[in-house]
Amino acid sequence: MSAATLQESLTTDRLAVRSWRPPIILGVLALFAIVVFGILGPGGNATFRLSQDGDAWQVPNLVVPAQGFGWFAALICAALAVQAYLQTKNVGRPAKWVTMTFTVVFVIGLLVWIIGGTKTQNITVVGLFTGAMLITTPLVFGSLSGVLCERSGVVNIAIEGQLLAGAFTAALVSSMTGNAFAGLFAAALAGVLVSFLLAVFSIKYVVNQIIVGVVLNVLVSGLTGFLFEKIMKTKVNGATIFNQPAHLPDLPIPLLSEIPVLGPTFFRQSILGYLMIVLVIAIWFGLFRTRWGLRVRAVGEHPKAADTVGINVNRTRFLNVLAGGAVAGIGGAYFTLVAVSSFSKDMTGGLGFIALAALIFGRWNPIGAALAALLFGVAGNLQSILSLAGTPIDGQFLAMLPYALTILAVSGFVGKSRAPAADGEPYVKG
Amino acid sequence: MKRVDLVKLELKGITKSFGALVANDHIDLVVESGEIHSLLGENGAGKSTLMNVLYGLYQPTAGEILIDDKPVKFSGPSDAMAAGIGMVHQHFMLVPVFTVAENVALGGESTTFGGVLDLEATRKKIRDISARYGFAVDPDALVEDLPVGVQQRVEIIKALVRNARILILDEPTAVLTPQETDELMDIMGQLKASGTSIVFISHKLREVKAVSDRITVIRRGKVVGTADPGASTTELAAMMVGRSVSLTLNKADAQPGEETFKVTNLIVSNDAGQRLVNDVTFSVAQGEILAVAGVQGNGQTELTEAVLGLHKHVQGSITLDGKQLLGLGVRQVLRAGVGFVPEDRQVDGLVESFSIAENLILDLYDKKEFSRGGTLNRAAIAKNAEAKVAEFDVRTQSAQDHVGTLSGGNQQKVVLARELARPLKLFIASQPTRGVDVGSIEFLHKRIVAERDVGTPVIIVSTELDEVLELADRIAVLYAGKLMGIVPGKSSRELLGLMMAGLTADDAAAQLAAAGAPVVRDPSTEEGEPA
Amino acid sequence: MSGVQSPEPATVPAPKPAGTAAPPSEGKRIVREIMSGSAMVSVLAVVVALVIGGLLIAVTDQRVVAAAGYFFAQPGDLFSAMWTAVSQAYGALWRGATYDPTARTWLGQLGIFETLTFATPLILSGLAVTLAFRAGLFNIGAKGQIIMGAVFAGAVGFGMDLPPVIHLLAVIIAGAIGGAIWGGIAGVLKAKTGAHEVIVTIMLNYIAASLVLYLLKNQLKAPGSTNPISPPMHENALFPLLLGPNFRLHAGFILAVLAVVGVAWLLDRSTLGFEFRAIGANPSAAQTAGMLVSRGYILVMLISGALSGLAGVTQLSGTSKSLDADIAGSIGFDAITVALLGRSTPWGTFFAALLFGAFKAGGTSMAVNANVSIDIVLVVQSLIVLFIAAPPLVRSIFRIKAAKSEGARA
Repeated sequence: MSAATLQESLTTDRLAVRSWRPPIILGVLALFAIVVFGILGPGGNATFRLSQDGDAWQVPNLVVPAQGFGWFAALICAALAVQAYLQTKNVGRPAKWVTMTFTVVFVIGLLVWIIGGTKTQNITVVGLFTGAMLITTPLVFGSLSGVLCERSGVVNIAIEGQLLAGAFTAALVSSMTGNAFAGLFAAALAGVLVSFLLAVFSIKYVVNQIIVGVVLNVLVSGLTGFLFEKIMKTKVNGATIFNQPAHLPDLPIPLLSEIPVLGPTFFRQSILGYLMIVLVIAIWFGLFRTRWGLRVRAVGEHPKAADTVGINVNRTRFLNVLAGGAVAGIGGAYFTLVAVSSFSKDMTGGLGFIALAALIFGRWNPIGAALAALLFGVAGNLQSILSLAGTPIDGQFLAMLPYALTILAVSGFVGKSRAPAADGEPYVKG
Repeated sequence: MKRVDLVKLELKGITKSFGALVANDHIDLVVESGEIHSLLGENGAGKSTLMNVLYGLYQPTAGEILIDDKPVKFSGPSDAMAAGIGMVHQHFMLVPVFTVAENVALGGESTTFGGVLDLEATRKKIRDISARYGFAVDPDALVEDLPVGVQQRVEIIKALVRNARILILDEPTAVLTPQETDELMDIMGQLKASGTSIVFISHKLREVKAVSDRITVIRRGKVVGTADPGASTTELAAMMVGRSVSLTLNKADAQPGEETFKVTNLIVSNDAGQRLVNDVTFSVAQGEILAVAGVQGNGQTELTEAVLGLHKHVQGSITLDGKQLLGLGVRQVLRAGVGFVPEDRQVDGLVESFSIAENLILDLYDKKEFSRGGTLNRAAIAKNAEAKVAEFDVRTQSAQDHVGTLSGGNQQKVVLARELARPLKLFIASQPTRGVDVGSIEFLHKRIVAERDVGTPVIIVSTELDEVLELADRIAVLYAGKLMGIVPGKSSRELLGLMMAGLTADDAAAQLAAAGAPVVRDPSTEEGEPA
Repeated sequence: MSGVQSPEPATVPAPKPAGTAAPPSEGKRIVREIMSGSAMVSVLAVVVALVIGGLLIAVTDQRVVAAAGYFFAQPGDLFSAMWTAVSQAYGALWRGATYDPTARTWLGQLGIFETLTFATPLILSGLAVTLAFRAGLFNIGAKGQIIMGAVFAGAVGFGMDLPPVIHLLAVIIAGAIGGAIWGGIAGVLKAKTGAHEVIVTIMLNYIAASLVLYLLKNQLKAPGSTNPISPPMHENALFPLLLGPNFRLHAGFILAVLAVVGVAWLLDRSTLGFEFRAIGANPSAAQTAGMLVSRGYILVMLISGALSGLAGVTQLSGTSKSLDADIAGSIGFDAITVALLGRSTPWGTFFAALLFGAFKAGGTSMAVNANVSIDIVLVVQSLIVLFIAAPPLVRSIFRIKAAKSEGARA
């Protein structure tokens, strides 16, 4: 068959098009590691406290000599950079394990350097992670909303608005009813409502999806701000009764919650924390293992192909966008039903955009997005811990990390992030 | 799997209009069970619209569809599929990042509890059908990794898995070599033998004559008649075009001069390092037309892109009048005297939302004729447009109209007018008449030959063998990025077909000699046909 | 962005171009466009948005809520309460934005100049979005570019001591450079790596926000201050006030008007603008015709960023006079809505910025005089843009027939 031979006879010549970008980046980072972690490395030890007082199982602290470990990490990085150079020279590109190992070693080296540079030279790992969950949880819900929308081909810039609408509605309804679950339900509904607008304008009226998303964020910000002033600030008998939401309690799981580090991070959460884990797995399974997922992905990749086999493209998109809204709305409820005690204006503070970043950095995959959200959460929390501990690097630079990493990801410097082919493309029949 | 459920398909008075435009005007068509019925018509005659109506993608404005004499109504493709209609689209409807099995299953998935996919049943069906028709399709291959010929088979499998009893094939041969086309026709024969009716859409007379039981000719949205496959090519062409067509271009023999354009050891690679053009060497003389033939996707696009400076990974040498073009930017190449008509005028040739006048200066807007000190000279631009519109017979009310409002033929005239406006030392036209009406084709071909006759080296890239044979003084055949040889313009179809399938010119000639087939066309038996 | 899809051209039976829409000349085309609806849609979108905003004001008003309590006894009270609430709010908005005869000083009466002051940075940043949009790029990064423009302008404005006029010019140039660098990053990444400018500019906004906070806590901090705020700008680095010390309107407004004229020339008359528009409408065709698409992306983002940077300058040297972390406020996102309302034309952007400037000026007066939160302005603004982006929706609300010129670009 001549067609098959065509494929075979396309001579591959990787060396002609090898990219020097990866070894150069790794080389620069390795040099940075040698200078900063090694030569300029702090003296003394960096201490990682793995257990808290009162934990059932006490685990000894992890103590590493900061500068020594810095040299160790830097030299491994340098060796890996050389390896990447050789591989690029010989086979056109570095192996995956090289860049992966490099990343892990570099991040650990960075962490040791940061901790070693603080005045106290120690950090509670549990605190780092439990604090991170305060950021990670809404991020995961937000990025799952993005996954649901964008896998079906609708760009969702309105995650911020969905989170904010959820946070406001949860606070209001929970305050009015005194029932946190009523608040949760209402938050999901509010998210759906924002999504409904996104769906109507971008699918029915074929308005540019980015424009709709941007505008919806402004709309929700204005609306919640206006109602906050009008309703929540209104005092009845000297109290702002419409901004005192009932809270969702923590539900520690026996035994599991006693595991060092992991227990307090993952098994002492409110119901939303567990729902988050369930949703990540369920949406991953749904997308890649079920009929629903196959159809959703087909609609996001090649809507016309889906149409020709009888799948209703726009209905699929509509439903997915609504589902995304519900998920993000619930994520918004986390702010006012779990994280803090009341609603305040624009309290999501750009987290919706970090969720978008997590979605992209996680390559439109629910599990990838959740891991990216965890990374961004840790970075965000490290920032606040360090601002108290006194450190060589300013917390503002850690705050930039998610955004900078995302720029590197979409520029192809860190892996390759490919959006669904029809993401952002409206589908009009004919 | 013997099929006994034969069906008869009937379209009665189908009309489909888009606003004021009537794409299908009261079309009647009967497809008897187990026959191959060809729908013949020019580009834009309304064939694809009709089939989209039949497949439920469009709702007819008027008229009805009957299956086994019972009227049916399709509100979407699923209704059509349920009624036993399958379609292989001109542009494949396959999700590139899915496997073959996922693509085949899509829309009709088998699942276990809770909607969990079960692809095993689909894999088995694919293997069964593959075995039956000799397809050799791996159910777990990613579609984006498959060659187009195999992708087409996946499309056929998709239809067969859904028990299609009527199969619509929309211009299926456009992406195939002559040999692959023959294989497809064999498959169509097998399908017919097992009771499937086939609607075969094409504008290629030869194929239609070879495979059909009956032929319906459509022109400007109307049925203009039916014919037997035995009808002569001239007869069919006249029906299709609406007047008797001069099937051969009267052009004088070439007067080749100096070979001023030389391509030496050219290699073009993609980002993954695959060689799309592999060590190609040829040259073109002043006053001759070299046609580059080959099936779509065998390196023609990359070859022209490399000449123009559009491609990133290029090695070798490209010289024009001794000047090295490789490494120059597009603008420098154009201003070195290269005229270029890109293969897809809507993507690469024109800015549709710009006026005709603006499109005519897309390359020269910063030259002093059209601007001064960074400011555009609107009067000069308008004047230039008036002159070009008249010279190239662009049918429009005003040169200030958006180019997007023009028909394909008139759009192509705008591109040609722009590209011939510069003093040229080389003229390259890629698919110069794709999607163009016959009237414009004649005009465009004459202009191209005229350019040759003033002594410009001309390169035509075309996947339409008929166009190649009509225009070429010499023919170069590309296969998988390699040059299979350069043969005279009078070479036979059989020779070119073998070369397009991957044989070198010598091997192909030897094979033909052994079989007693002609290597050179015999003008007395040859019938041309409009592209 | 037209909602109507033209039928597959290949299936159209060889259309004779006679008779169908054929815009004969520029002048007639503009007239027809206004008559045929797109400008009409803009006006109606504003009306619908104001009506919805009014409903929102009405239903959250305490007197209205009270009147609703005895609706069945005296239904008239409800409607009159609603009317009162809305007319008070919008009355205050209108007077605050234009002319308020009830104000105590005649200076306080002329809110129109406040409108122009608020409009100034909106015009410049709106132009930035408009220009990029015409080259096919969606610059969501006005916020970051404003911040970086202000940072650069501030470094020159309070960090250096230069003679009059020259100091202000230096500040303007520095601000343009700061914004251009920030926009240019997105342009370079788009051109060289294909990174989507929407994602990059969003991320750059947040990076700029963190960066300015860091600088305000360190290098740019006012001596002795505990807050992240810079020292005040030098006298020489400020825009002169146009109407004396009692009005805030400053010469930055003139800069903005000049920018409108400049961008209008650039887009409609210049060869560079021709390149930008060709790249925006069809990058492949532009490239095949010899234009350098990547150079175009970089250039347009540099200019766009510079315009946003100038918006930062007008904020810093015109109104706030010292740099803080909130220098960009909501201008960055307002710029997007302004550009969309202005339909991505320079003069359209100008008038849209005036309208939104009026909302801002009037919103303050509304908050003070009618006790309606200024956030309602955000609601109205976003609704306007939503309606404008979806002409079929507005048409269906008002039952207007679709204009024939559907093919025209938005």
